[in-house]
Amino acid sequence: MTTVTSAPAAGPAAARARRPSRDRTALLGWSAANLVIVGMSLVPLLWLVSLSFKTPASITDGSFIPQEWTFENYREIFGESLFTRALLNSLGIALISTALAVVLGSMAAYAIARLEFPGKRLLVGLALLIAMFPQISLVSPLFNLWRQIGIFDTWLGLIIPYLTFSLPLAIYTLSAFFREIPWDLEKAAQVDGATPRQAFLRVIAPLAAPGMVTTAILVFIFCWNDFLFAISLTSTEQSRTVPAAIAFFTGASQFAQPIGSIAAAAVVITIPIIVFVLLFQRRIVAGLTSGAVKG
Amino acid sequence: MRSPSEPGTRRKAPLSARARAERRLGWALCAPAVVVILAVTGYPVGYAVYLSLHRYDLRFPADSEFVGLTNYATVLTSPLWWQALAVTVIIAVISVAIQFVLGLTLALAMHRALIGRGLIRTVILIPYGIVTVVAAFGWRYAWTPDTGYLSGLFGDAAPLTSQVHGIAVIVLAEVWKTTPFMALLLLAGLALVPEDLLRAAKVDGATAWQRLTRVILPLMKPAILVALLFRVLDAFRIFDSIYVLTAGAYDTRSVSILGYDNLFTALNLGVGSSLSVLIFLVVALVAFVFVKGFGVAAPGGEGHR
Repeated sequence: MTTVTSAPAAGPAAARARRPSRDRTALLGWSAANLVIVGMSLVPLLWLVSLSFKTPASITDGSFIPQEWTFENYREIFGESLFTRALLNSLGIALISTALAVVLGSMAAYAIARLEFPGKRLLVGLALLIAMFPQISLVSPLFNLWRQIGIFDTWLGLIIPYLTFSLPLAIYTLSAFFREIPWDLEKAAQVDGATPRQAFLRVIAPLAAPGMVTTAILVFIFCWNDFLFAISLTSTEQSRTVPAAIAFFTGASQFAQPIGSIAAAAVVITIPIIVFVLLFQRRIVAGLTSGAVKG
Repeated sequence: MRSPSEPGTRRKAPLSARARAERRLGWALCAPAVVVILAVTGYPVGYAVYLSLHRYDLRFPADSEFVGLTNYATVLTSPLWWQALAVTVIIAVISVAIQFVLGLTLALAMHRALIGRGLIRTVILIPYGIVTVVAAFGWRYAWTPDTGYLSGLFGDAAPLTSQVHGIAVIVLAEVWKTTPFMALLLLAGLALVPEDLLRAAKVDGATAWQRLTRVILPLMKPAILVALLFRVLDAFRIFDSIYVLTAGAYDTRSVSILGYDNLFTALNLGVGSSLSVLIFLVVALVAFVFVKGFGVAAPGGEGHR
């Protein structure tokens, strides 16, 4: 948690420190506003954490801080295959999709950033179009198609649509990063007799690694987050991911809402996101904004 | 742009050979991605169009036949479609408008803040990264009577059991989740506004508001339009939070929820597919209006940078 506070923006902040002191009030005002923002961002998450530690008896007391603390909710969800299997599915599907998207995306992004070939503009346009495609429009045909070819309710059945929707994101982010790479190095390699292929694998790929890590995080978050495909293209524990599984949690009785279990599961699948955000905050921001404003 | 023009080396044949090799490599590198994208969108969209022209009820699969535009007529004459479309547009417009105002404020605050800039950037990434369904459950339990800490705000009424309050909560959830993304895009745009220009405007006696509307916003226009386009189209396909918050009850269905209900509750693939096609057309129309009407430059394209 210590990394949170240790990242002040050095350059512009230092420049601003030289300002006249009458700006100090405005500055304090902005900082106060920022504190409010921090609170607003965290409260809904803390609320889920609080719910997940409440005992069944106190879960409906409506208080923000648990009166009695318990780990029972966590013990319960980790004792049920409905959740553990879903967690495995979520991790497996998201990791495989991410790996594939980064590999295929890097190849295409390299070509876009670096090579001249007809159809390049069309490809970029296509990627943007797909990125904004309404997923629901694919659900009905895929549902029918997957049942016909036998990959309904399998990992593959989810990996394929995830790959499709994350590839545009990957290509887009990666090509923005690839444009920043010092290409003279590649030329030097080619002058030294390397083929374009060798230049790509030996020289550019290592330089491109930071951009690829960023892209991988963004794609992972996207796959981890999906709900519509997960509930539409799965039907059993075999491939149901956590967001979909949560919706199928059942309480002790038919009428009891399994609030504690849902909250605990929600907290568990938020942990990877928090870890990513804490470790790669700068990268994620760079990735999210890459290319979007350089018009 | 910046294509590797080979200097020096032998001039005629080798250059074109190299150009051809480059072209082949470009296609080869893009091919896998293009194949995946087209196979999973192009073909299914065609299949959706095909299904939408047929009567296809999953309970009576043998009974399917070509019915022309009947399914579209069914949808377009149904008040459910128009209501879902209206709800979707309302949610998209209101939430994006709020996101824009809050996002701009947030971006300005982050741009100006001396302390805690990194902290804020870290913290606001959490709403962005959190699983939508998880956030929606958080909101649902917060507003559920007895359970939630917010439910008492409007007296005893359960907010998620009426259309207006339900939509308000959905908008709130949407705004909370995606304002940070908007803010980051705008912050990146804000970084392009030269400090000198702002100082000059200040010297010339421009008020803070004038500096915002006359200098900052016009300079940020490209960034703003791109951000708005992305957010509007994304808000238009809202599904997850509505599914969790109200499940589309109390007339809070979005078009995506309506499509889902037709497929998996009514099991009507024909009508469901015509809904899919219509939603796609509406999204395409919105994108077209943005690109042609407001001149959003396709980011990442050729003229880029």
